Amino acid sequence: MTLLGIPILTLVIFSPLVGVLLLMFVGRDSGELAKWVALITSGATFLVSLPLFFAFDSATTQFQFVERIPWIVSWGVDYHLGLDGITLFLVLMTTLLTVVAVAGTWSQTTRHVREFMISLLLLEVGMNGVFVSLDVFLFFVFWEVMLFPMYFLIGVWGSERRLYAAIKFVVYTMSASALMMVAILAMYFYNYRATGVFTFSLLEWYQLDLLIEVQYWMFAAFALAFAVKIPMFPFHTWLPDAHVEAPTAGSVILAGVLLKMGAYGFIRFALPLFPGATTEFLPWLIGLSVVGIIYGALVCMVQPDMKKLVAYSSVSHMGFVMLGLFALNDQGVQGGILQMINHGISTGGLFLVVGMIYERRHTKSIAEFGGLMRGMPIYATLFLVIVLSSIGLPGLNGFVGEYLILVGAYQVNKTAAIIAASAVILAAVYLLWMFQRVFFGEVTNPKNEGTPDLNWREVSVLAPLIFLIVWVGVYPSPFLGKIETSASHFIQLVHTKPAERRAMLFPKMASSQETKPAVALRPGGVKTR
Amino acid sequence: MIPNLTTPDFLSILPETIVFVMGMVVLLFDLFGRGRPIRNLAYLTLLTLAAAAYADWTLLGQGLSGFQGTIVADNYSIAFELVFLTVTAFTVLISIRYLEDQEFWFGEYYALLLFATGGMMLMASGRDLLLIFIGLEILSISSYVLVGMFQKDPKSNEAALKYFLLGAFATGFLLYGIVMLYGATGSIHLDGIAKALDGKSAAENPYILFGLGFLLVGFGFKISLAPFHMWTPDVYEGAPTTITAFLSAGPKAAGFAALVRILVEGLSATQFHWVQVLWLLAAITMTVGNVLALQQDNIKRMLAYSSIAHAGYILVAVVVGGAEGLGAIIFYAMAYTFMNFGVFAILILASSKGRERVTFDDYAGFGYLEPALGLAMLVFMLSLAGIPLTAGFAGKFQIFKTAVEQGYIWLTVIGVLNSVVSIYYYLRMIVVMYMQQPTNHSISQRAVPSVPLYAAIAMAIAGVMLLGIFPSLWMDLSLESVSVMTAGR
Repeated sequence: MTLLGIPILTLVIFSPLVGVLLLMFVGRDSGELAKWVALITSGATFLVSLPLFFAFDSATTQFQFVERIPWIVSWGVDYHLGLDGITLFLVLMTTLLTVVAVAGTWSQTTRHVREFMISLLLLEVGMNGVFVSLDVFLFFVFWEVMLFPMYFLIGVWGSERRLYAAIKFVVYTMSASALMMVAILAMYFYNYRATGVFTFSLLEWYQLDLLIEVQYWMFAAFALAFAVKIPMFPFHTWLPDAHVEAPTAGSVILAGVLLKMGAYGFIRFALPLFPGATTEFLPWLIGLSVVGIIYGALVCMVQPDMKKLVAYSSVSHMGFVMLGLFALNDQGVQGGILQMINHGISTGGLFLVVGMIYERRHTKSIAEFGGLMRGMPIYATLFLVIVLSSIGLPGLNGFVGEYLILVGAYQVNKTAAIIAASAVILAAVYLLWMFQRVFFGEVTNPKNEGTPDLNWREVSVLAPLIFLIVWVGVYPSPFLGKIETSASHFIQLVHTKPAERRAMLFPKMASSQETKPAVALRPGGVKTR
Repeated sequence: MIPNLTTPDFLSILPETIVFVMGMVVLLFDLFGRGRPIRNLAYLTLLTLAAAAYADWTLLGQGLSGFQGTIVADNYSIAFELVFLTVTAFTVLISIRYLEDQEFWFGEYYALLLFATGGMMLMASGRDLLLIFIGLEILSISSYVLVGMFQKDPKSNEAALKYFLLGAFATGFLLYGIVMLYGATGSIHLDGIAKALDGKSAAENPYILFGLGFLLVGFGFKISLAPFHMWTPDVYEGAPTTITAFLSAGPKAAGFAALVRILVEGLSATQFHWVQVLWLLAAITMTVGNVLALQQDNIKRMLAYSSIAHAGYILVAVVVGGAEGLGAIIFYAMAYTFMNFGVFAILILASSKGRERVTFDDYAGFGYLEPALGLAMLVFMLSLAGIPLTAGFAGKFQIFKTAVEQGYIWLTVIGVLNSVVSIYYYLRMIVVMYMQQPTNHSISQRAVPSVPLYAAIAMAIAGVMLLGIFPSLWMDLSLESVSVMTAGR
């Protein structure tokens, strides 16, 4: 079922390619033109993705806007897309953050602008593809291909140690996903042995009952790939390097979307595919999440560099997301999913504001600043809103997510919830302390005199993020309402034995198989040709 | 006794005949056409290859067998022959400009290429150990000469001498192997060998095991498996660049074609033994190739080690066997041809008269100097590294998929981890092209246009992308073609 017969998910995924094609014909010296092409393309993609929000049916547990056509028949690969409440906002956030990244990097990228924009748009294709693929092979294709634009963003437009950071990023992710590929292949054959059909269809794999010993290995391989991506402690060491070296747009996308892919992978693949192993490993995963939360927060406290501080705060915040998801109850999972979006908005925003001051002063070191409030009141205000959102101040978006997560976690594991809650205080400490050192007091460093405040372009880049921060904080129901059904469906899925999942996954077919012949399933009961 | 020869006998060797006869015609043209540009000979060679490919295409599916079964034109040999013809066609396309740059005017070059191609074709279609050996010798001797073609270049001479001496040594091993198998089974025909071995335990007869061992050593040299790979980097570096490209794709595929046919059709009774040996060789070859490729500064040497690694991946498919595994060999050989020649075509295009550009440093900033060529190079490197949507990924996927299916999990894990290692050195090319500042050594002039090279690059890109996105295009034929060997056995 697509939207009014239009394959909307395909449109959302591949619209940026139009921009890529146009950019290939833009002259190498016309950077301005390249920026406009990229801005218009990403803006158009965002507009194309908006109808998803309005047409989304929050009542059904099924995937929506589904498209399915055979791709590589001999391997049983389908081009199979679908969207549910878990991925709806991830897709919207991706399309929005891409526009923000393009606009936010406007005056910062001066070298090879055309190539920069091509990388950014290709990245968008890959990210959206990952979120809506329901065929595991297709998912893997997007998952791998997406790495390279990011690799370029870090390696070409990054700062001094960019090559090291870029290689580290690729090698880390690739090694983990190589093992995931072996696990995917193994699943493919386990599924074949059980059903006699070669398929990479995720919905079919959901019904596969595996021996618990097998599940351990499979889960480990999938979980490793996703844990590196999130990143969960102790697989996080690539993250600070990548973030610090990446250009602003790269950091925004990396923190905003790429980190979410790991969490998404757990929700969509690792947990529901291997419920037995999940139950077994859950205490460990919760433990690692809590360690990540505290470790990230503690490391943040001693960071002299603003960007590195924000990077480590991601480790802590993603720990929260994972804690919520691993709680496996309604509040926890909803909070986790919402917090993914929140983190994308607020951390994306933090990287943007850090990038703005870096553009002016060419340093990110906290000690270089002080008393910026006087010269840059607008900047200070917007910075503060984003910082408060990241801390989780009631009335802003971060609070809703973290509250739900902690409530959910408390029901499952009181110790974990209590330790994690203390990190909320730590977050306030390190973020506000940074804010204080940068903005309050007298201007001690003469270089900061006369630093210009934000211009209208920079304000309008931050505006949509601020708007969302307040909206989700004050009135989260439109968001939670759409997440709710899919979240509880996911929990149910994990708690149901694979063999009994068929009715859950295909309710229509299961009920109509007894009453009606298969032909009548077509719309209106009309046999098409 | 002279047997009755009928039409099918001659039809079955039609493609080989075309190639060999035209090879001699090219020689004659060269002899009587002195003074004319040897470019013309290249076009004649291309026509020959097209004719042979067409002949192959018409023979497809007929399963002809000729000369008392010593030679066949079954789908297996035809699929491989199409790979060889593609390899040689690419070699010719990239040679035209290269030979002019190097001021090399000997028309024998193209004749030798055709003879080498004919030798490869005999290796794929022979079902008789002697015939396979003759094919191999035609190929080898032509290759020795081609490697040493640049008489005034000491490196080329060194490479030719090394290749010749070690190659002759390996040939000796191969011949020993054949002799021992003959002694043990009384036949040099694969069917005869299979019949003699049927139902017997191979361990009973040490000659068979020795024969198998020598055979593996001989072929191991030809397809440069570790630890028989020592010659490869030196020869690849010293040889004319076009011949390096040829060697890394063609003769290797031919070696695999013959080896697989011998193992599966003749020696399947000893499968237990050779599978174990090849498992180990595959693991070592992949690892040695990839690890040594990491530290090369010369792109030709890097590609030499990378070709060793790729031979290792293909060997995994040999170990795995079955229609799916053996079909993967043919698919991979074709995929490798496209990506490998793509890289070489760009190397030659970027070089200029008297100045070869084959070190990494030469390519600093190349991606911005030549955006289109840089992009093409990027695609080829990603394909070599096995990134999805490229032919290289489709090939690796088919190999590892089958390996997992047959339970070779650890070999698969070694394989995928190796391809992660390989990403590092393939990315180095990308790093250099896009992320490093040009120095005074790096290429600063735009490439001199050349139609044949553009054609080669365009074909390679098309091949890499098409086989990557729609692998069925070549996979179906590859898988089907090995069914003649795996069915009913």
